[in-house]
Amino acid sequence: IGSHNFKEICFFERNKSCKIYSLSFFFLLPASALTTGIYMIFSTNPEMATQEVQPNETLTNLKAESDTLKTKLEDERAKLHDVELHQVAEKVDGLGQFIMKTRRTLKGHGNKVLCMDWCKDKRRIVSSSQDGKVIVWDAFTTNKEHAVTMPCTWVMACAYAPSGCAVACGGLDNKCSVYPLSLDKNENLAAKKKSVAMHTNYLSACSFTNSDMQILTSSGDGTCALWDVESGQLLQSFHGHTADVLCLDLAPSETGNTFVSGGCDKKANVWDMRSGQCIQSFETHESDINSVRYYPSGDAFASGSDDATCRLYDLRADREVAIYSKESIIFGASSVDFSLSGRLLFGGYNDYTINVWDVLKGTRVSILFGHENRVSTLRLSPDGTAFCTGSWDHTLRIWA
Amino acid sequence: MERVIVAMQDPDMGVKMRNQRLLITVIPHAMTGNDVIEWLIQKYNITEEEARHLGGLLVQYGYIYPLRDPRSLLLRSDDSPYRFQTPYFWTSSRWPASELDYAIYLAKKNIRKQGELVDYEKENYSILHKRINHTWDFVVMQAREQLRASKQRRKADRIVLECQEQAYWLINKPCVNMPLYYHYTTTIQLRYYYYTTIIHRRALGRNRVKSSICLESFMKYSEQYLHHDPIMSGCLPSNPWISDDTAHWTINTDMVGTPTRLRVERWSFSFMELLNDSMGRREFMIYLEKEFSAENLCFWVACEDLRHGESSKIILKVEEVYKNFLAPGAARWVNIDSKTMERTLEGIKRPHRFIMDDAQMHIYFLMKKDSYPRYLKSELYKNMLAKAIVPQETKKSVFPFMRRQRHSSPSPAMVTQATEDDGKAKGAGPTGTSSTTNSQI
Repeated sequence: IGSHNFKEICFFERNKSCKIYSLSFFFLLPASALTTGIYMIFSTNPEMATQEVQPNETLTNLKAESDTLKTKLEDERAKLHDVELHQVAEKVDGLGQFIMKTRRTLKGHGNKVLCMDWCKDKRRIVSSSQDGKVIVWDAFTTNKEHAVTMPCTWVMACAYAPSGCAVACGGLDNKCSVYPLSLDKNENLAAKKKSVAMHTNYLSACSFTNSDMQILTSSGDGTCALWDVESGQLLQSFHGHTADVLCLDLAPSETGNTFVSGGCDKKANVWDMRSGQCIQSFETHESDINSVRYYPSGDAFASGSDDATCRLYDLRADREVAIYSKESIIFGASSVDFSLSGRLLFGGYNDYTINVWDVLKGTRVSILFGHENRVSTLRLSPDGTAFCTGSWDHTLRIWA
Repeated sequence: MERVIVAMQDPDMGVKMRNQRLLITVIPHAMTGNDVIEWLIQKYNITEEEARHLGGLLVQYGYIYPLRDPRSLLLRSDDSPYRFQTPYFWTSSRWPASELDYAIYLAKKNIRKQGELVDYEKENYSILHKRINHTWDFVVMQAREQLRASKQRRKADRIVLECQEQAYWLINKPCVNMPLYYHYTTTIQLRYYYYTTIIHRRALGRNRVKSSICLESFMKYSEQYLHHDPIMSGCLPSNPWISDDTAHWTINTDMVGTPTRLRVERWSFSFMELLNDSMGRREFMIYLEKEFSAENLCFWVACEDLRHGESSKIILKVEEVYKNFLAPGAARWVNIDSKTMERTLEGIKRPHRFIMDDAQMHIYFLMKKDSYPRYLKSELYKNMLAKAIVPQETKKSVFPFMRRQRHSSPSPAMVTQATEDDGKAKGAGPTGTSSTTNSQI
């Protein structure tokens, strides 16, 4: 091989029970040459016994190993699956007629609304749009209270701080910035901006954890990360998705240490915030997962995907337990959220509608019309009295 | 290799650093090839030939890069300047360089200075332009954003960053001449199967619960919370969004004198519900004080504050917690089992955000299993439940076309920062605000 530039990429798995050292050598010749070879070297013991194997063969081996494990895992999961959700739900009363209407329409964005979040005071919201504008509204009176213009377009993520004193947002600038909300009309909010997160690709979602001091972000670079707001320091990063991560949600559990993320690799991963490890993974969707949301008890979560279905995954049973789909629904679900009791699942879809599902029985309870373009974001208010949707038709609607 | 590099950068025992002069800019943290070889000989007690070989590998793998002739990846044993590559660009910490990243880099170079691209780079640029044309807007936008961000840096920093990036791409550029999908998708697939294997292996070791048990819990939960779900059962006196009357919010604020019955009932659903409601937490504290075990709740609150608070205050907070709750003879000493106490005290020597997690969990479950059930049976709770109000349902307006006035409320941003450090929103009363508040029920 001689004097070529070659680099070694080493992956190390810090798992005590199984040490997998996977080394791949990329032999890159100067551009004048036209051949490239990839060699994979595997070892399962610390002595690093190496064998050179041809590239296609190694990929096949790895794929075979992965597939065997997957089948084994599915068998294990199936063993404990003794009943379906809708069977258990037979004894529950069906839901009566369901009437929900648009109670407020918030107009003011000049372009597609991409994301929104509620304030803990149950009436204020923050929303962001494609033209770079981030607006804080009192949704009850429909008054705009603050407006910030971001230096980038496509602000795909925004979040309200638990204290109500700041908002975080980001998008194509690959950053997440925090703006403290000042009530001085003359003050330029942009001046006080604080850059917190830095990714190497677009920011798809962000959320404050229990306080104003930490932010969890997900990005098109395939990772999620936890940041300290004060110093901008990276506290923990989460690797495991093999494509863009599109959404995340924090668990409402007692120990408050986990969150779930969904991505373009069709996987929904549950992470431990403290160790950075992926503790559970679910892959049953057939396309990108656009939205994930925990069931109110924290024992399960729902996901909405481009494959036009929403699914419910139980964390203790470690499997998918329900699929919410209908042959007439052929557009992807962009955003999902539960009602307060977890009985209803609201899904915003790319065909401009909102479908309301009975979580237990698996049937669709209602379909809501109103938006004139795709619904991009949907969230229940903190006290469950209403939910808000944002759409590409430049408006937000409050439904109750 | 990285161990060697880290040792080389040791401020006392590492390679001697010099300043590099570039016209008028001086860039620190440079070293000569000779320095590197000398250091290697000294440190590892090896011959010059071996040192030159080792040093050469360090350059070839990208951990050190030459400043004068960046395209020649050799370690010269003279006074040619070299610098350490930043860990961000270490080959072990970066994913296989993707075509997209490379395209962005080339676009940046092109925008920065027309004609700065070398021949093979020009070739790669046009190949990539054709191949990933559909995302070219994105590439250009990213390039512009990164250039704009770099303009805000000091000149010296900017030059260093550019050098680092250039060095990285010299070594790691994806071979764009290859048949379209071979390199790109094989890499992606390898990465995918690698991670999936690990996760599946881990998942096989999990304990799983029978579906019938799990699903039953969803029935129970939905039933329990049915009347608390405003969308399912309506809310009293009325849903503010429907009736334009904010009474429902006014009677459920943190500071309200008499809570609603639903709210007090909810405290009995789970310990978490009780603690998440600030009024519930207050009531529970009063109860614990009567039982002389209030230090448990105080400890839990202090631990939450530590976990979610500012990074800069961690050391201070850990000291406070130790002083108040864990030190022998502490004023509010908490009763933790000896093993956990030992582990915690050991961990305090190197304080971090999660150091109190074990102890906090122990106390949480202690309260949950012992004090919480007793609280629910206590007179204090029963009285609270008895005097809790059940609001009257507002009759629907006789004149449906007359809309009520929608009043503003004071913004949480205006209220002075909550005294609690956990950043909960406080619905304190307005003090001379310009907005009117709805006070009638």
